[in-house]
Amino acid sequence: MSATVASPRPKPGPPRDYRFPAFERLSLPNGLRVVVAPVTKLPVVTVAVVVDAGAVCEPRGHEGVAQLTARLLLEGTARSDGAELTERFESLGASVDASADWDCSSLTMTALTDNLDPAFAILAEVLRSPAFSAREVDRLKAERLAELLQLRAEPRGLADELFSRFLYDARSRYSLPEAGNEESVQAIGRDAIRAFYEARYVPAGSTVIVAGDVTVERAERVVRAALGDWQGTASSSASTIDSAARSDRAVHLVGKADAQQSEMRIGHVGISRGHPDYFPVVVMNAVLGGLFNSRINLNLREQHGYTYGAFSAYYWRRQAGPFEVSTAVKSEVTDAAAREVVGEIERMRQQPVSDEELSLATSYLDGVFPIRYETTAAIATALVTLVVHGLPDDYFGRYRQSVRAVTADAVLRAAKAHLRPDALQMVVVGDPELKASLAASGLGPVRVYDAQGRPTG
Amino acid sequence: MRIPIITFRLPNGLFVTLSEDHTAPIVAVNLWYHVGSANERLGRTGFAHLFEHMLFQGSADVAANEHFELVQRAGGTLNGSTWLERTNYFETLPSNQLELALWLEANRMGQLLPAMTQQKLDTQIEVVKNERRWSMDNQPYGTWWERLPALCFPPDHPFHHSLIGSMDDLSNSSLDDIAQFFATYYTPDNAVLSVAGDFDRHEAERLIERHFGPIPRGKGKPPLPDMSLPPTLGEWKREVVPDNVMLPRLFLAFRSPAFGESAYYAASVCGAVLGMRKGSRLHRNLVRDRQIAAEVQAFTFDLTKGSDLLVVDITARPGVSAEQLEHEVASEIDHLIRDGVGDDEVRRATALIQTDFMTAMQAAGDRADRLSLFATYFVAPELVNEQADRYNAVTASDVNAFARARLGEDNRASLLFVPKDDAPGQLIGASAAEAAE
Repeated sequence: MSATVASPRPKPGPPRDYRFPAFERLSLPNGLRVVVAPVTKLPVVTVAVVVDAGAVCEPRGHEGVAQLTARLLLEGTARSDGAELTERFESLGASVDASADWDCSSLTMTALTDNLDPAFAILAEVLRSPAFSAREVDRLKAERLAELLQLRAEPRGLADELFSRFLYDARSRYSLPEAGNEESVQAIGRDAIRAFYEARYVPAGSTVIVAGDVTVERAERVVRAALGDWQGTASSSASTIDSAARSDRAVHLVGKADAQQSEMRIGHVGISRGHPDYFPVVVMNAVLGGLFNSRINLNLREQHGYTYGAFSAYYWRRQAGPFEVSTAVKSEVTDAAAREVVGEIERMRQQPVSDEELSLATSYLDGVFPIRYETTAAIATALVTLVVHGLPDDYFGRYRQSVRAVTADAVLRAAKAHLRPDALQMVVVGDPELKASLAASGLGPVRVYDAQGRPTG
Repeated sequence: MRIPIITFRLPNGLFVTLSEDHTAPIVAVNLWYHVGSANERLGRTGFAHLFEHMLFQGSADVAANEHFELVQRAGGTLNGSTWLERTNYFETLPSNQLELALWLEANRMGQLLPAMTQQKLDTQIEVVKNERRWSMDNQPYGTWWERLPALCFPPDHPFHHSLIGSMDDLSNSSLDDIAQFFATYYTPDNAVLSVAGDFDRHEAERLIERHFGPIPRGKGKPPLPDMSLPPTLGEWKREVVPDNVMLPRLFLAFRSPAFGESAYYAASVCGAVLGMRKGSRLHRNLVRDRQIAAEVQAFTFDLTKGSDLLVVDITARPGVSAEQLEHEVASEIDHLIRDGVGDDEVRRATALIQTDFMTAMQAAGDRADRLSLFATYFVAPELVNEQADRYNAVTASDVNAFARARLGEDNRASLLFVPKDDAPGQLIGASAAEAAE
């Protein structure tokens, strides 16, 4: 009925060489480090200031202070209140953001090259003289509380939050939300924010990353001019415990009456970013659930039609972040879908992956590498990872050969060592009536909770 | 900044745009079909999007899901998306894999039907129903996607109905529908192919002719009904939706000049003055100063026929009622109409738009997508190089003229989500009082 375009499958041409952008490192006398990656494609520059002020540094009871402190940087300085400060950035077309994650806080800005000098001067002002006005502190706390309130009716966010809570030992910082919960956020006052800032926002241990249309000389000049005389005493390093809440498999059903779908998170405590098995685990996860054509998605979506998508991931932190399978399935197949996921995790440990699966994972990770770094923002983010995790300078240069070196044996060893089907915690945000079918499915003991994570049955 | 653009048309009608950039060994292939949910017939809402799913189920020489497999094995990324007026398919790959993407796209444009089976269709209907549950039905405020166009366009207008479709219509879709839709819309003369990145122009032309050249031209598609609309809604439309949500949220929409008209740029800048980032009016006044709202944004749908929509999306702070939220937003809009915007506000908005545009254009996939957009809608991919000037040309008086004409009470549609009392679908233990304890 239609014309033939029959032709043999195209073979790739010879690959062109690609190198991650070369970068230079500098240190200022005050201990501030600078990393510059000149990229001259378009007249755009991204700056990221990385500060050793992640959520793991927070005092107990003040969980969320890292995020509040970071966000408040942009809400006023000694010179300008929040509205005026915003106006100063935005009239330069500078897009700016500040946030905290588990391991660091970062202040990032993207601007056109022509505006770099004045925009960076404002960024430095933000870093050095935040006002933390009482009014803005109260407002950002209230906005975080509103966000938490919204979460109670939002199945995806709720599943994420409760998964962390059921996964980690209650003493672990990782068991609470990155930006804090109702109780901890309410407990944070202006003094606590000021104290956190004074202790953590110091030049020694901080790094300024500049990626984009700029020379090393210009970047150095701009950074020196604005931050060369920034002073402060180095802060101590911080960490949290990363042990699991329990060692046996269990199902945690969070009741949502009349749910049309079950939002599911299945996983256990994973490994730290610095673990020597990083590359075998990345490849193993790509076979299991990291790609569209990975086992879990082909099974749940394409074979069974249970879901719109199902994926697995290791979340990389300085300490052991979660290994997590995420999906949303129609209610009536919840237990069947959970069994399929457990089955796929078990299968990874039982036999080596096929050559086809291994080569799909490694050739994808190898080939997609340049595509990940097309923008100045992506390059800056990569350099943030390098700095936060203390990766060697040749890490990106060696990435592709590290991926290609992973064998089927290494994948099997990684699966046996780092997948633990008997320790899986399964969080289901869905119809509480599912308790019976889940209990009958042999997945593990089932408890029912409300949206606060309080047991109800 | 101007990017190089070459265009040509194959004898079968396929419109091609090429834009070379050799800074990295990356190439993007991007195909827009000029068909979207607006082209669906009665009783088949959601079909254009379901069809997009079926395009990943193989073709004469490609097995089900092999499209994903081949592109990812080559080190590429890929996807597709459906909108009211178009459907797009795109891959970004290492540049030595250009021919693979062209061959895959040509194979499914030329010979999709041999690979279609009832079983594949049944599975994808289930997948799409799950997508609907995930993105709309089981998500707070999720139904705004279909409620807002329904409120703003008359029932017989092609933009009125749901893009994701109703569960019944999805269930009723058949292989015959697939064959008919394919023959009607998935033809080279109803498509635009853009290639951006690291390739040799002559090589690309040769490969495109080789793979797409033999595909026959279509027989033409049925014309869309008259889509023209009055510039205003003629009244203040209002729909209040009790939903399983914790906080009131308002979508306030205005009919606005169609994408591509010169007045569109004033509307777009007006949206940015109102709701783009923290320096925007609504953020400054209602989030920062008055603390009535928790978050706000404004955006346009970018529709090219009849009327576009400018939308303000704003969520209340706890303790603020839906009525108060709507009243305060309306007061801000009234104030803007009455007193106008300043030059500084326009400068801020255009500066941010320019930076965002430049940032996006770094990626080959974004370049190719913008080229396809301007080629599909206006047969003028070179418009991509004129966007900066168009935005720079917008003055405060243009924005004020737009505001006076289009933001008045005779051109507003309020879609207001409010927390349901005694909501049966509420998360257990999620009442506002308890959550705030």
